[in-house]
Amino acid sequence: MDVAIVGIGIHPFGRTPSRSGLQQGAYAAREALKDAGIEWSDVQFAFGGSASSGNADSLGNELGLTGLPFINVANGCATGGSSLMAAYAAIKSGEHDLGLVVGFDKHARGAFNANPADLGLGNWYGEVGLMLTTQFFAMKIQKYMHDYGISNETLARVAEKAFTNGALNPNAWRREPVSAEQVAESMMVNDPLTKFMFCAPGEGGVALIVCRADKAKEYCDTPVYLKSAVLKSRRYGSFEVFAPSQALQQVDGPTVDASRAAFEMAGVGPKDIDVAQLQDTESGAEIMHMAENGFCEHGEQEQLIASGATRIDGSFPVNTDGGCLANGEPIGASGLRQVYENVLQLRGQAGEHQVPGDPKLGYTHVYGAPGISAVTILQR
Amino acid sequence: MSQQVPIAEGLFTWPSTEPALLGSRCQHCGIATFPAAQSCMACSSQDVTVEELPSRGTLWTWTVQQFMPKSPYHSNETPETFKPYGVGYLELPGGVRVEGRLTESDPDKITIGMEMDVVFDTWRTEDNGDEVISFFFKPVDANETGA
Repeated sequence: MDVAIVGIGIHPFGRTPSRSGLQQGAYAAREALKDAGIEWSDVQFAFGGSASSGNADSLGNELGLTGLPFINVANGCATGGSSLMAAYAAIKSGEHDLGLVVGFDKHARGAFNANPADLGLGNWYGEVGLMLTTQFFAMKIQKYMHDYGISNETLARVAEKAFTNGALNPNAWRREPVSAEQVAESMMVNDPLTKFMFCAPGEGGVALIVCRADKAKEYCDTPVYLKSAVLKSRRYGSFEVFAPSQALQQVDGPTVDASRAAFEMAGVGPKDIDVAQLQDTESGAEIMHMAENGFCEHGEQEQLIASGATRIDGSFPVNTDGGCLANGEPIGASGLRQVYENVLQLRGQAGEHQVPGDPKLGYTHVYGAPGISAVTILQR
Repeated sequence: MSQQVPIAEGLFTWPSTEPALLGSRCQHCGIATFPAAQSCMACSSQDVTVEELPSRGTLWTWTVQQFMPKSPYHSNETPETFKPYGVGYLELPGGVRVEGRLTESDPDKITIGMEMDVVFDTWRTEDNGDEVISFFFKPVDANETGA
């Protein structure tokens, strides 16, 4: 049984002092129900998660207590992707026909401060100042730039594009364009990455209504089909965040593994994809993830990005809603925001940030600590 | 009376005239990891032995931490006295790549591939006067010129 997305809802990302994270999730859920033309009482099951805003199951208090099986999902930055994968399996198995996937969050300002014990690490690792995701991203792109000739200018261009796209997206947090020069000259955070090259923990909520494909048209004139949903964790030898040591022999990371499996499941290849949302925790991540997901060779990004290929009107548009850089990263909602954006794009409803040329296949990719990646391929 | 204490037990040999980082090596597949673990994360074997890791290696990648981390960061610094610090992975021949703080923090003086030594020094001083010892990676040239 194939799986379709027949309703989407979003609470604008950024800062909303008047609403809790949970309320932003409820807002998104009501929007998604409205989009699918159904009532909350029609929903047979739900998967959802947040990292900092409580159990998603508490949404029952906002939406109504209907007795449905509601499963809380917690899987770091891949929480949204994991919820969607679980819902995909629930429908594919024939167990359910119609369900809700929801993610929301509301984080305090500033970088995440992770607890070493949560990851099985000694306290010393945090005490001496190694427990920071930003350092990992900086060290990974530092090595990548050294090996593949990526320049600082390219890092700046990625952020410039994100803010350009964010300015076109009414639900984005950062809606002011920032020039590549301003990006490059902003405060250095972790060399070679400056302040404007990093996304910030933020707020937001996203919800999706999923159903079995043969019933999709009952709810939606323009259903989008989930051709694959894959989650992978790291194998021994991949270079990952929060690693006091790593192997001398490197292997492909979870992004490469998830991407390959997703393409195989969908029966399509990277060249078939019309629009992609790739994890851009910082500028370097978008660059590396272009190659890790199979969309170009390592090093080719330098020329591709300079030529404008990844812009909305380019040959391979990436992060058309402004990505994490312009939307911030509310952990529970972030991966689902990518899916929301691709559904908009495939329906032709993305407004000012709509990709031209009638896109048919969309790709989403999240990556997060301590080395997990989720990929979806969506088809109109 | 104040004394020198390691930041964590089992991370490196201490006390010692020539302290070394302690890793574990899998007796089944041969890979090493740091800090020493009770099983092998490559093959899941529990047949592992603790060994001293080499004291000199080459820098695999690096960054400079420009802002003061939030808790669990624990130093004697205040936001006013905080100084940026280098962080990197040192590739130890025959062993592993170990992550650690660098003694150098000037990005213009740090390059991938440079040789560095593992050194041990006071990280912070506790209220009771105890010196907490940790490990750092120090450029080899700086050692030899005594800088």
